[in-house]
Amino acid sequence: MQKVLTGNQSAAWGAMCAKAQVVSAYPITPQTTIIEELADIVAKGLLDAKFIKVESEHSAMAGCIGAQAAGARTFTATSSQGLALMHELLHWAALARLPVVMANVNRAMAPGWSIWTDQNDSLAQRDTGWLQFYCESNQEVLDTTIQAYKIAEAVNLPVMLILDAFFLSHTYEAVDIPGQEATSKYLPPYKPSIYLNVDDPHAFGGIVPQDIYMEFRYKMQLAMDEALIAADKADDDFKAMFGRGYGVVEEYRLDGADYVLVTSGTVTSTTRTVIDDLQEKGHSVGLLKMKMLRPFPAEKVRKILSGRKRVAVLDRNISVGMGGVWSQEIRSVMYHLPEDQRPPIYDYIVGLGGRDVTPEFIEEIALDLEKRPVKDCDQVWIGLKE
Amino acid sequence: MRALPHLKQFTEVAEQEIMHSGHVACPGCGAAIAMRLALKTLGRRTIIVFPACCWAVIDGPFPYSACSVPVFQVAFETASISAGAIRAGLDITGKKDINVVAWAGDGGTFDIGFGQLSACAERNDNIIYVCYDNEAYMNTGIQRSSATPWGSWTTTTPGTDFKKERKKNLLEIMAAHRIPYAATTTVAYPDDLIRKFRKAMSIDGFKLIHIFSPCPPGHKALEKDSILESRYAVESRVFPLYEVEHGTHYKLSMDPPQRPVRDYLALQGRFKHLTDEQRDFIQKSTDEEWARLMHFMKVSEAVE
Repeated sequence: MQKVLTGNQSAAWGAMCAKAQVVSAYPITPQTTIIEELADIVAKGLLDAKFIKVESEHSAMAGCIGAQAAGARTFTATSSQGLALMHELLHWAALARLPVVMANVNRAMAPGWSIWTDQNDSLAQRDTGWLQFYCESNQEVLDTTIQAYKIAEAVNLPVMLILDAFFLSHTYEAVDIPGQEATSKYLPPYKPSIYLNVDDPHAFGGIVPQDIYMEFRYKMQLAMDEALIAADKADDDFKAMFGRGYGVVEEYRLDGADYVLVTSGTVTSTTRTVIDDLQEKGHSVGLLKMKMLRPFPAEKVRKILSGRKRVAVLDRNISVGMGGVWSQEIRSVMYHLPEDQRPPIYDYIVGLGGRDVTPEFIEEIALDLEKRPVKDCDQVWIGLKE
Repeated sequence: MRALPHLKQFTEVAEQEIMHSGHVACPGCGAAIAMRLALKTLGRRTIIVFPACCWAVIDGPFPYSACSVPVFQVAFETASISAGAIRAGLDITGKKDINVVAWAGDGGTFDIGFGQLSACAERNDNIIYVCYDNEAYMNTGIQRSSATPWGSWTTTTPGTDFKKERKKNLLEIMAAHRIPYAATTTVAYPDDLIRKFRKAMSIDGFKLIHIFSPCPPGHKALEKDSILESRYAVESRVFPLYEVEHGTHYKLSMDPPQRPVRDYLALQGRFKHLTDEQRDFIQKSTDEEWARLMHFMKVSEAVE
C-alpha cells in the first residue's frame, strides 16, 4: 500500500507495522506528530497497544524500560532537549540490555532555542550503548523502524533511528507500507528469554561488585560486534522480502573516485545531485553515505576509503574543542591503515541549527577538497557569516 | 477513645517468608521489617521495583536477592513510572493477578521522584506505591530530605543549622490527586500494615502506602528501640495512622492515649540538641497538625 506520509508519520507507521505493544512518549517539536499519529492509530484500534502519556521524556524512557522488562515490545520518540533529558535512562536501557526502539528527530540544542535540524542531540548520546541509524528519506525511516526491532531483539540492545527535523519530519513523500502479514513474518512477536516473570523470579540491576562489572560491559561490546552482522542481515532479509535495502553504509558513484564526500542524513540526497553534476564535468569525486554510527562499521569504511586521494566529511554537528563527530570517528578507524593507503581527512562543518546545506555549498566543499593544503585539514566551516 | 473494630480480632499473618535472611539491612532497620510483612501479605505473584534507596542495597549484591519475587532496580526518580509501565507491559501481554509494587525511600518519593509520582497518581496507574520513610537520605549517609522533620540533625543540617523547615505532608498531597487509596502505617503495628496492604491489593488504580520507618544509624537511636520509636511516633501523634479514600474520605486507624512528643524525641539522638522551648514548639505543631487531621475526619464523617 502506498501512502503520502511525512517522515514523522513514517516513524509512527513503522512502529505500527512492527506491532509495538507499549508506547511511552512525551511531545516535543519537531517530534510531536509522531506521537499524535500513534495516539490516533491506537485510538482507532489499528494497533493493539498501551500508550502511556507521560509527563517528561525522562519518564518516557523509564516507561519503555519498565514495559520492555515486563516482556512487551516498546516504542518512543523524542528530539533534542528531550533526548538530553533522557540521557541517564539511555544508559539504563542499554545496560539493562533492553531492545527498546526510539525515533529521534535531529534538532539543535538550546540556548538559543532552535527547533531546526542538526545532529548534536543524538551524537551526544553516542556512548550510551544504543545503536544509531541516520535516515535519508521517509521510506528509509519507515523501513528502518521495522528493521530496528529485528536488530535490537537479536542482540538485546536498544536502537535509535534518526531523522532530520523538518527536512524529513514535516516533508511529505510517497511511502510504501509493507503488508502486515509480510511484516509479521519478517518480525515475529517479541519473545524475550528472560523478563519479570513471577513464575521464574530474578533480580535485575542490583549492585555489581568491582570484580564483575567489567564483564557486563564486555558482553555489551560483544553484542555490538554481533550487531554489525545483525544489521546487515536485517537489511538483507528486508530486501529479500520487500525489495528495498539501504546498507549500513552506501557507496554512491565511488568507482575509481579520487575524492570522497562523506555524509549522513538528508545532506546525502543533495550531495547525490552534486556528485552527478561534478562527475559530468569530469571531477573524480564520489559519495559515501553513513547510515550507522553505532556499532561503527569500521571495516567497511576502511575498505571503501583506503587508497583514495582525499576525503571530506560533512559534519552537521560540532564537538566544540575538537571538531565534527563523524570525521573524528572516520579518522580514528583509518589510522590503522599503512600511510600510503591513508588519505587526508578534512572536516567540513555545515548546516548547524537547520541552516540549509545547498548544492552550492556542497560543490564548494568538493572543489575546496581538491586544492586545500594537507596541513589545513583540521576543520573548515562552510557558509559562515562575517 | 474510638472503638477499633479491626483490633477485636487477630490479623492473620501468612506463614510464607518471601523475604529471606542474608539481606544486608542494618540491625533494627524498619524498612526490612516492613518488607518482610509486606511480602508475606502480597505473596509470590508480585513484582517489586526499587529505585536508588536503602533497599537497592539491602536486597543484596548480584547475583543474590533477599526477595524471592522478581525485583527490578530502576533509576532514582523513576520508581512510579517504572511500576506503571511494568503494569502496562503485563496488561498488553495478558498477564493478570500480579501486584506491581514500587518500593521507594523518602528521597525517591518526596524529592527526586516527586514529579513522576504526581504524574503516575494523576494517570491513576494500577500499582501500589510504597514510601518507606526514614526521614532523610540514609543510604548516602544521613542527608536532609523534604521528609526530614523540623529540628532534626542530619549531616547537611549540622549543629545549630539543624533543619528549620517542616516536613512535607505527603498524604495531603496525594489526597489532592484524588487517588483511590492512600494510607499511613508503621512497623510497630503489623496488623495495621498487613490490613492496609490487603486493602491496597483489592483496589484498582493508584494506591500509596506511607510507612514510617525507624533507622537506628540515621536517627541516632538504639537498634533495640526501633519498634518503640515506631510506636511512640504514633502515640505522640507525630505520625498518625489513617487512610484516605478517593482523596476525600479520611478514616483514623487508631487513637491510642496521647503520649508527649518529648518521649518520642528522647529516643533519638538526632533531636538531642533541641532546647525545651524547641521541644515545646514541636509539641505545639504536632497538636496543630492533629487538630487539622481531626477536622478532615469530621468532614468525612459529615459527608457519610
